[in-house]
Amino acid sequence: MSSDADAPVDAGAASVEDLRAQVQALQEEVSDLREATDDDGQKSMTIIATKGTLDMAYPPLILASTAAAFGWDVVVFHTFWGLDILHEKKSKNLKLSAVGNPSMPMPNAVAALPFMDNVATSMMEKKIQENGTATVEELIETSLDMGVDLQACQMTIELMGYDEAEFYDGVTTGVGAATALQHMADADVQLMI
Amino acid sequence: MSTYEPTETLDVKGLSCPMPVVKTRGAVDDLESGGILQVVATDSGSMSDLKGWADSTDGVSMLEQEEAEEDGDAVFRHFIQKE
Repeated sequence: MSSDADAPVDAGAASVEDLRAQVQALQEEVSDLREATDDDGQKSMTIIATKGTLDMAYPPLILASTAAAFGWDVVVFHTFWGLDILHEKKSKNLKLSAVGNPSMPMPNAVAALPFMDNVATSMMEKKIQENGTATVEELIETSLDMGVDLQACQMTIELMGYDEAEFYDGVTTGVGAATALQHMADADVQLMI
Repeated sequence: MSTYEPTETLDVKGLSCPMPVVKTRGAVDDLESGGILQVVATDSGSMSDLKGWADSTDGVSMLEQEEAEEDGDAVFRHFIQKE
């Protein structure tokens, strides 16, 4: 009925049949693709955290804990100075740099004085407390509780001379760039902070 | 005042981003199916954040959000139902 031979006399019916078949084939293809690409609809995020200053410790932790609240699969891969965020002792003593930050209410010549980083850090810590903003430690504990995978790059642990035991319990060690890339390749959101 | 009768109330007054959303997630996980969680926050960003969270999270719906005043401070109440 839908063969080409019928076309001249039954063009309308033939094309409807063809379209039906095409639609069905497309539906099957879409369904196969969905199955292959989006198994359970869970979103995934990978963040690479490379900075160890007080202000730069917050964005990855805030995004990671919030994404976990959305039910996303989250990995934060910490490397270089980002390792300090996971370092139990150092994380409680992260500094804000007064130099090279145009938002600081002082010229660089003043900001470069030896005690100014401590002044800037104390000011920021006071603001964090007054604003009801969680501490870095609280955000780490919260993220770990919610199932965020906080990873510490093995190469930089050794480069910086850290001991794995110095990191928070629950931090993943023994991972490298390949592990990070593997998660990034499947992630819906990838960020380098 | 809201017309919804909450099953549980979560007080996140004084906390700022991301804690209202993070704590709401935990409270919803503990909530029984069909229950209504009232979240009381002072963070004005919670109006957008909790709506966004509820809209893109399976199994929860934002029933109502209201701004009120409590002891001279603005408070934001959110009513979230677990399906």
